[in-house]
Amino acid sequence: MNSKPNNRYQRQIQLKEIGQEGQDKITQAKVLIIGAGGLGCPALQYLAAAGVGTIGIVDFDVVELSNLQRQILYNLDDIGKPKATTAAGKIKALNLEIQIETYNLQITNKNALEILENYDLIIDGTDNFATRYLINDACVILDKPLIYGAVLRFEGQIGVFNYSNFETNIKTNYRDLFPKPPNLDSAISCNDVGVLGVIPGIIGTMQATEALKIICGIGKPLANKIVSYNVLENSFYDFEIAANENSNSDFPKNKAEFLAFNYEWFCNANLDVETISIEEFDTIRKQETITIIDVREIGELPVVDEFAFLHIPLSELEKTLSTLSTENIIVVYCKSGQRSAKAVQLLKEKFPNSQSFSLKGGIEAWKNIN
Amino acid sequence: MEINLLAFGQIVEITGKSAWKMAGIKDTNALIQDLEKQFPHLVKTNYSIAVNKKVIQENTAINENDTIALLPPFSGG
Repeated sequence: MNSKPNNRYQRQIQLKEIGQEGQDKITQAKVLIIGAGGLGCPALQYLAAAGVGTIGIVDFDVVELSNLQRQILYNLDDIGKPKATTAAGKIKALNLEIQIETYNLQITNKNALEILENYDLIIDGTDNFATRYLINDACVILDKPLIYGAVLRFEGQIGVFNYSNFETNIKTNYRDLFPKPPNLDSAISCNDVGVLGVIPGIIGTMQATEALKIICGIGKPLANKIVSYNVLENSFYDFEIAANENSNSDFPKNKAEFLAFNYEWFCNANLDVETISIEEFDTIRKQETITIIDVREIGELPVVDEFAFLHIPLSELEKTLSTLSTENIIVVYCKSGQRSAKAVQLLKEKFPNSQSFSLKGGIEAWKNIN
Repeated sequence: MEINLLAFGQIVEITGKSAWKMAGIKDTNALIQDLEKQFPHLVKTNYSIAVNKKVIQENTAINENDTIALLPPFSGG
């Protein structure tokens, strides 16, 4: 055994801005990371390495091959395993001195407040707008700082919400920047358009950096600001956010309103496509010949072998549309129902008279029942 | 009167460029109108506007050499 004093954190304790006092604050800190994906992996690693005393990891997803390009905590042996527990295992191997709490679940308005309550600061590493608004609102209601990060293609955004730098008492949040969720056409994700693997690496590392600055009370956290970074241009651009009176209208303002708020609906309110429930889908596919289209990218999980389907990734759909037969009812599915809604919109534009439906909740919801 | 435009994220896909100049624009409402005429896909796209790095929510006057940035939300993680 090592008889020397614990020098694990020596390099950061040497920094006069941190010192033993800062290290003690880091040890006492409780940070929740929501989403153990591209952003969450590096944030987790650096915060665990720095000795953040309690780290919570929330993720309901499993590791897929297509994740490994950027979700650097995982390797081939982890494919098919839950991300939250897998990530927790890796972090334990890195640092046994910290407490790790694992939440193998999807964050919803029903469980968010009781989970977030236990932490001093929250890191958003999620990959969809409904969850981002949900986490934002939960942090506003609980008055917790939220470190936001998001990535797309060669760009990333990072900011700190619901936190004041004490120069002013103003605390702004995601709704002050984007009061309305994007409509279907803007709501593209990395699944549709891709992302360079280092981008979430950079932004997730910046999120960990902001967390350490806030915990130690050093420097200038990105409060009331969002920074956009473009790796191709090597450019950073700041956006200063002001409190936005107009953003308050449909904002849940207390716990009761939060529990009653439908985030899926709020973020899909502009999706004007017909959906089909899991039950209706199962009935109809057993009764008649229908065309089922999987618009997920190649290799996405879960694998479907329970029924026949056409596999046309959303990115290919527009090119392939003209070859499709619209004689039968068409049911389109993806992982959660967002991309399939976009696909149905494309189908309806091309074939206004076709009977096309998006599978509500996606194949994940279907697998939960079947 | 010239102003500088900057586009981010998927806005660049729509405008086809990330930085350009425009002239004869007096405020952000006029700018939005002009942009939507030039790039009809912007009508259906969400983005925030910053005038000289400050995010604005209401119509805001634009002066010579101001830099206007168009920032869309991203959801990737």
